[in-house]
Amino acid sequence: MDKPVNQGAWLLVLPVVLIVAFSAIVPLMTVVNYSVQDTFGNNQFFWNGIGWYQELLDPTTELGGRFFDALWRNLLFSALILSIEVPLGIAVALSMPREGWRVAATLVILALPLLIPWNVVGTIWQIFAREDIGLLGWVVNRLGIPYNYTADPLSAWVTIVVMDVWHWTSLVALLCYAGLRSIPDAFYQAARIDGASRWAIFRNIQLPKMHRVLLIAVLLRFMDSFMIYTEPFVVTGGGPGNSTTFVSIDLVKLALGQFDLGKAAALSIVYNLVILAVCWVFYTVMTRMDAGRS
Amino acid sequence: MARIELQNLAHSYVANPAGGKDYALKPMTHVWEQGGAYALLGPSGCGKTTLLNIISGLLTPSDGRVLFDGKDVTNLPTEARNIAQVFQFPVVYDTMTVYENLAFPLRNRGLRGAAVDARVREIADLLDLTPDLKRRGRGLTADAKQKISLGRGLVRPDVAAILFDEPLTVIDPHLKWELRSKLKALHRALDLTMIYVTHDQTEALTFADKVVVMHDGGVVQIGRPDELFAKPAHVFVGHFIGSPGMNVLPAEVSGRHARIGAHVIALARGYPHLNGEAKIEIGVRPEFATLAPAGAGVPVRVKRVDDLGRLRIAKVELSGLPMAATVPETLHVSGDEASLLFDPSMIHVYANGSLVEGEAA
Repeated sequence: MDKPVNQGAWLLVLPVVLIVAFSAIVPLMTVVNYSVQDTFGNNQFFWNGIGWYQELLDPTTELGGRFFDALWRNLLFSALILSIEVPLGIAVALSMPREGWRVAATLVILALPLLIPWNVVGTIWQIFAREDIGLLGWVVNRLGIPYNYTADPLSAWVTIVVMDVWHWTSLVALLCYAGLRSIPDAFYQAARIDGASRWAIFRNIQLPKMHRVLLIAVLLRFMDSFMIYTEPFVVTGGGPGNSTTFVSIDLVKLALGQFDLGKAAALSIVYNLVILAVCWVFYTVMTRMDAGRS
Repeated sequence: MARIELQNLAHSYVANPAGGKDYALKPMTHVWEQGGAYALLGPSGCGKTTLLNIISGLLTPSDGRVLFDGKDVTNLPTEARNIAQVFQFPVVYDTMTVYENLAFPLRNRGLRGAAVDARVREIADLLDLTPDLKRRGRGLTADAKQKISLGRGLVRPDVAAILFDEPLTVIDPHLKWELRSKLKALHRALDLTMIYVTHDQTEALTFADKVVVMHDGGVVQIGRPDELFAKPAHVFVGHFIGSPGMNVLPAEVSGRHARIGAHVIALARGYPHLNGEAKIEIGVRPEFATLAPAGAGVPVRVKRVDDLGRLRIAKVELSGLPMAATVPETLHVSGDEASLLFDPSMIHVYANGSLVEGEAA
């Protein structure tokens, strides 16, 4: 008699299951395991239940205070760079040439910052913005504007925001450019015949066509900026004080500096859930907006 | 009102055109009357879209002038001309409703309120779009979108001419006919000049009062559909219009006779002034060459008979030259020996491809 179901098919899924298990599930479970225990070294672990989570989510405790401060800094940073990079990226994409050799030249120039490794970007700006030998820092100070990212929190913030804008606006611009290129000429010709103003063309033709790529750009930039570590670590090391200590930097301090594995593991899990939750909200809101238009 | 005049108009996409080959549009002078329905017919790459874009102002011609009602508009931008254009692919503003789409050209020109509303509703009614007014542009069918594109042109009270650039390409076949009839009805109802670009002869012949046949950057004939059929001004027109196209055979023409190989065909008109250097051909449509039993006319060899349903077409050889002829319903073709009977008044003589007017005796 024929078997309607062939259980042997499970074997075909096995390699993927193994890879995912070893690359994601096992490490994640290890972290979960740490987050419910305490250790004083010697590989001795003690059960702590949800203790670390309670401490972490209570802003009145030392750990909770650190976490929420860093979290607000992260959110502020993401909000700042999104509000700069998205409009700027759109503006750059709109002013890019549509044909000729200049297209290739512009694309290469725009792609350059994206190809530089994070820590190199950090190092470049760390030197570039120094008040004594950095071109930017020196010029700004000579113009009479006090600027010192190692001593002044505002300077430090300006530096990392500008650095991120320099590094990542290209990504938004390139994505938007791809969206713009998908618009047939007939749309522009029809708009001219309809007597549409520049703004009306942007509002009714270009923006709707860029809508999908903008969703991707916002999601990518949000996730990336929310997890930012390398550049501020290289430039400011989280300082001055704790003014540029983001969650990821704090996490490393906690896990590798203080060797508080339990606290760090709980922080990792919560950090991960926050990113997932915010991305889900972004995605849902933006796809709802999309659906609402049709 | 728009009477469109083209004066010595030519266009080249090359900066410094050297010769005729560089011109996408060869010099032409024509007058298109107000209220006419014109079709620009020709194969891809013959310059018909270039000509259309010059008239609409999307392209500035490299030579010559365009006049609307005697006023030079050659350098006017498209938004300053009283024309509208419908493109091959429907252009609809996705994020707007159908109503907003139709109101868009009016609002861009500073109109507001009741004036816009009345005009939009009138045009929507004309195009049977009233039930869809509140819907978004996205998700509409291609023919509805194309109607909206057309509506955005019609809605403007200043528009005197509407240009169509192969507007039915993406429309389902069964809706094409409907939409074409709609266009025809609109043309009758509104006093508008319509110019319709197409490579489909059926579309051109059913839509237009006057068909402008284009070939290789030039206009080869402008005429009513029946004129194009009965008296093609160029062998290209004979080939391109009609299915199957006109037979064109190299011949020696002297007086009122054409000689093909050993056979002599009588002509209705005399041709005493033919240029001796030119390539002389005669053209006759299959409809005017009738197959007959051997011995009745010019002897031919029958290769094949195709039944097209409405009529039968025989592929024959006359002195080794292939041509097509009509098979009368009563004729039973047996064997490959037969002959052809011609209608002499429908045989045309061409010198270097262009029609030569004969002299009636």
